[in-house]
Amino acid sequence: MENLKTNKIFISGDEAVAHGVRLSRPHVIAAYPITPQTITVERLSEMVENGELDSDYMHVESEHSALSAAMGASSVGARTFTATSSQGLLYMVEAMHYASGGRYPIVMMNANRSVALPWSIYGDQRDSLSQLDSGWIQVYVEDAQEALDMMIQAYKIAEHAKVLTPMMVNLDGFILTHTYEMVEIPDQAMVDKFLPVFETPNKMCFENPKNMAFSSQPDDNTEFKYQQNQAMFDAIEVIEQTEKEFGELFGRNYQSMVEEINCDDADAVLVTLGSITGTVRVVMEQLRARGLKVGILKIRYMRPFPEKEIMALSHKIKAIGVIDKDISFGYEGTIFTNVNSALAKSNASIFKKNFIGGLGGRDITKAEIEKMYHDLLAGITSNNQKTVEFFNLKVETND
Amino acid sequence: MTNDTVLKIPRITPKNMTEKEFFYGHKACAGCGGSVAVRLALKVLGERTYTALPAGCMAAVGFIFPQMAFNTNALITTFPGVASMASGIAAGAKALGQKDFKTVCFAGDGGTADIGLQALSGMIDRDDDVLYICYDNEAYMNTGIQKSGLTPYGTLTTTTPAGKNIHGTKTNKKNLFEIIAAHDIKYAATASIGYPQDYINKVNKAKHIKGATFIHVYASCPTGWGTPTNTSIEIAREAVDCGLIFLAEYQNGDYKLNKNPKEFKSVKEYLTKQGRFKHMTDADIEQVIAYRDMKWERMRRNWNS
Repeated sequence: MENLKTNKIFISGDEAVAHGVRLSRPHVIAAYPITPQTITVERLSEMVENGELDSDYMHVESEHSALSAAMGASSVGARTFTATSSQGLLYMVEAMHYASGGRYPIVMMNANRSVALPWSIYGDQRDSLSQLDSGWIQVYVEDAQEALDMMIQAYKIAEHAKVLTPMMVNLDGFILTHTYEMVEIPDQAMVDKFLPVFETPNKMCFENPKNMAFSSQPDDNTEFKYQQNQAMFDAIEVIEQTEKEFGELFGRNYQSMVEEINCDDADAVLVTLGSITGTVRVVMEQLRARGLKVGILKIRYMRPFPEKEIMALSHKIKAIGVIDKDISFGYEGTIFTNVNSALAKSNASIFKKNFIGGLGGRDITKAEIEKMYHDLLAGITSNNQKTVEFFNLKVETND
Repeated sequence: MTNDTVLKIPRITPKNMTEKEFFYGHKACAGCGGSVAVRLALKVLGERTYTALPAGCMAAVGFIFPQMAFNTNALITTFPGVASMASGIAAGAKALGQKDFKTVCFAGDGGTADIGLQALSGMIDRDDDVLYICYDNEAYMNTGIQKSGLTPYGTLTTTTPAGKNIHGTKTNKKNLFEIIAAHDIKYAATASIGYPQDYINKVNKAKHIKGATFIHVYASCPTGWGTPTNTSIEIAREAVDCGLIFLAEYQNGDYKLNKNPKEFKSVKEYLTKQGRFKHMTDADIEQVIAYRDMKWERMRRNWNS
């Protein structure tokens, strides 16, 4: 840690993202407005206007064009940024697969928001979790500070020669995007030191003209996809290195793929993603004070997935619960499916339960979280609960 | 055109045109008009060119890994996003400090007038420094000759079959050139590979204009049209001569007809020599002629020619 100056300001999550982007000095920003992402792009426009940020801000006519424009800029070696949410993310889905297949290290902020129908501008995580297979690195943040810090880290990870994969930084709509916190704004010189100018051989240029984004035949396609998958696995080490370097330079450490909180002696662990972690921390502390051995596994990265960490954890604990602000209709929560796959590989026979809720912006209360922990602890001795449960459901059910 | 700088631009002709090939070794069909449009334009634009192509014939025949057919920088874009991806290229290269280069799109009629229209509109709205060339072969040829928004009335395609009840395509071509001009774009033109010098001049003019420019070039397709492979230039010329395709420019708010013939050649002759129109009745052909005459009356009345 060197020359750590304190420069804290009171800003929203969206504004924290804008500052993180500004400090990362993208050449091109292409974005289309959508609630609750809008404040980010408004602030970036202002930063371009007042000269704080030397970027070309492209006013594109859709999210599909936002990501297509970002790919175009990336294809000549420019650092690019885009931001979206919900319906906008889904509108750019074709381009998302295109960007990951083309290995364009674009960084995107996604303000997690419910998906229509019914229309809802409020938060859940169905938008980004439905895109786990699009080939993007996905990280989820807990607060505004982490949002800012991850914008800077995201460029370093995505642009790493072994990775060259686009990265999506997710923050919960309204809960994070529109609430204000004290956020430390890093020093530009230190960010420049941490994040050098983007250099890549994977670009078109006049010295060495290239044909990119081409077709493949059945003879080659599997090999391209194998390499893409390998890059995602290689990203794990890059994420760990980047996290370590960031921590040393800026004094904040997020523990890479997951953050384990009081897991070492825990009987029951709740798995969280995003801002809900903050509330679960409070409940967990209260239950600990009452002598209950409970912990939290905060998943930070959904892709690549922290399989190794979950497998290791499964041998230490007796019950695991997964909170999903999402549902894969006809099955279960998507986070639960992913966690369960890791548990199956570790042959762990522990109690498991999936808590589905918080959809379309409904608050998840401390009382509900406390009940989840009690369900898990009860499940250790008697397994008579449903594996997948919608909590705080306000309709009569037959089960 | 009195108030533009075209006179100062060195004229490019087949005689002084570069012998270098920038689109070579591709797998287009014999007699492909689209590949002629790409080849000629790249010879005019030269080496410092970024080329963007959406899904479509030229992308399909030019980028079959590992046999890359473009000697300049080139990439395939998303189907609806060729204009936005090209805009991104232009913006990225400019932001990196690059100078004296051009970004060009080559997209088919469907890729332009249907799925790519929104992104193209955005590109013109931003006045990005991109030349957009639409090579129009009047159907989705790459996917097997399906109707597009630029397929003309009566055309037989695989999605507009010609039977007893319906005689092929029921609608007229979208007025693409006018749609583009309505943006008040800096420069837009129509062309035909049947009039190569006119096309070359227009590409050359667009090359020297900073900002968004557009060329709609008529490009024959023997495979989709049912014409001999050795008549592609001839038939693209005949389309203009019979008045179904017009050569025009839009610049500084003014339309100009480059060719305003006193008499048109026979529409019937042009249509009946193509497999795609063979089923058309005399009444169908009369309707095509009536639409042509209405359009020309309007162009002559409203456009400064």
